[in-house]
Amino acid sequence: MKADLVLNAKGLACPMPIVKTKKAIHTLEPGQVLEVQATDQGAKNDLTAWCKSTGNELVDFTNQGDVLVFWIKKS
Amino acid sequence: MTVKALASGEVTKKILHQENVFVLDVRNERDFKDWKIEGASITHHNVPYFELLDGVEDLLPILPNDQEVLVVCAKEGSSVMVADMLSEAGRDVAYLKGGMKAWSEHLEPVKIGNVTGGGELYQFVRMGKGCLSYMLLSQGEAALFDATRIIDVYIDFAQQKKATITHVFDTHLHADHISGGRAIAEKVNATYHLPPKDATDVLFNYEPLVEGQTYTIGSTTIAIQPLYSPGHTLGSTSFIIENTYLLSGDILFIDSIGRPDLAGKAEDWVGDLRETLYERYKALAPSLIVLPAHFMIMEEMNEDGSIQKPLGQLFKENHGLQVENELTFRQMVTNHLPPQPNAYQDIRETNMGKQQPDEEQQRTMEIGPNRCAVR
Repeated sequence: MKADLVLNAKGLACPMPIVKTKKAIHTLEPGQVLEVQATDQGAKNDLTAWCKSTGNELVDFTNQGDVLVFWIKKS
Repeated sequence: MTVKALASGEVTKKILHQENVFVLDVRNERDFKDWKIEGASITHHNVPYFELLDGVEDLLPILPNDQEVLVVCAKEGSSVMVADMLSEAGRDVAYLKGGMKAWSEHLEPVKIGNVTGGGELYQFVRMGKGCLSYMLLSQGEAALFDATRIIDVYIDFAQQKKATITHVFDTHLHADHISGGRAIAEKVNATYHLPPKDATDVLFNYEPLVEGQTYTIGSTTIAIQPLYSPGHTLGSTSFIIENTYLLSGDILFIDSIGRPDLAGKAEDWVGDLRETLYERYKALAPSLIVLPAHFMIMEEMNEDGSIQKPLGQLFKENHGLQVENELTFRQMVTNHLPPQPNAYQDIRETNMGKQQPDEEQQRTMEIGPNRCAVR
């Protein structure tokens, strides 16, 4: 999937992947897509819950080896 | 205001001393619902850390002033962030050192009693997971029962007691947590015993447990008498120590009984479970102290932090032992099976030696509550 912005949060521990995702989403326009790459396994449940609570849409998710990749469309 | 780090052991002591603690759990709602720190003196509030990034002002009015406020997350990072924010807002707070990960791995040793010749029996309470394991010490030797994968705790404890671990026993092939039995036996050169009927697929050497056999720990002879008691698994074996203690494994708990389906055979094994509980256990001395391999709810814990009760009392109080009619019993057991534990198949394969997960994967497999009982 094509992203408008890629956030590398690999190697970062909780809470940093979400702190950085929140900042990155702020720079986007509604409808644009942010790709987040993270290695903290806790990010899966947390980013899913964060999208739900903020209204941003988690369009897709894959597990590429140790790296979790999320595509989030700004609401 | 100050931020204090509280270790799992300190939190355990607060729970055992009935000290009030307000747990501010900042994990996501799903993880919180799945498992959390529990205790009669614990109050919870769950708000995910990612909803607090813009500030903690909304939270301040609900935090009590008259008790410890403990911020908890999965691995510590987010709880430190939230604790710092609360501290800046003028509150004294603590966070759980190492988060729920550390909580799930903390073992609290509780003394159960003395045995002949100056020996001692200890119960290791894994608060975060409900697993109970045991160490029997006598005359410089030690035996372990149902050891968890946090093996250094037992090795250090035996060392403090100046004892060598000579025998390691598992009552059955565990499905809810990774056994530390084989790893400890290898590390300290002890013998690892398993019930052969549970071990048909294991890929390592072990000593088969045989009913009626006795073992000697220390120079004083202590009879550890295995009692074949199928029902949770086909091989499940109980131990009677010195005609005083009954290690019941996952067959009989304080407030519930074992579930027969974790190896996939509920219909077949419910009959074994019935026979073990209503015939084999019924024939034992009511004065035997039952020491199970799990506890499910805090009500099962005594005031001294131990989980134990006389068998005779359980035959009066445990609802799983009150069902006269066999068919009713069958229906009760097979119709009320709780969801199977997270990753229980992977855990079983790991305990058979078929999978070699690294430490992080082992942690993930064990996350969540244990679900070995039928209530």
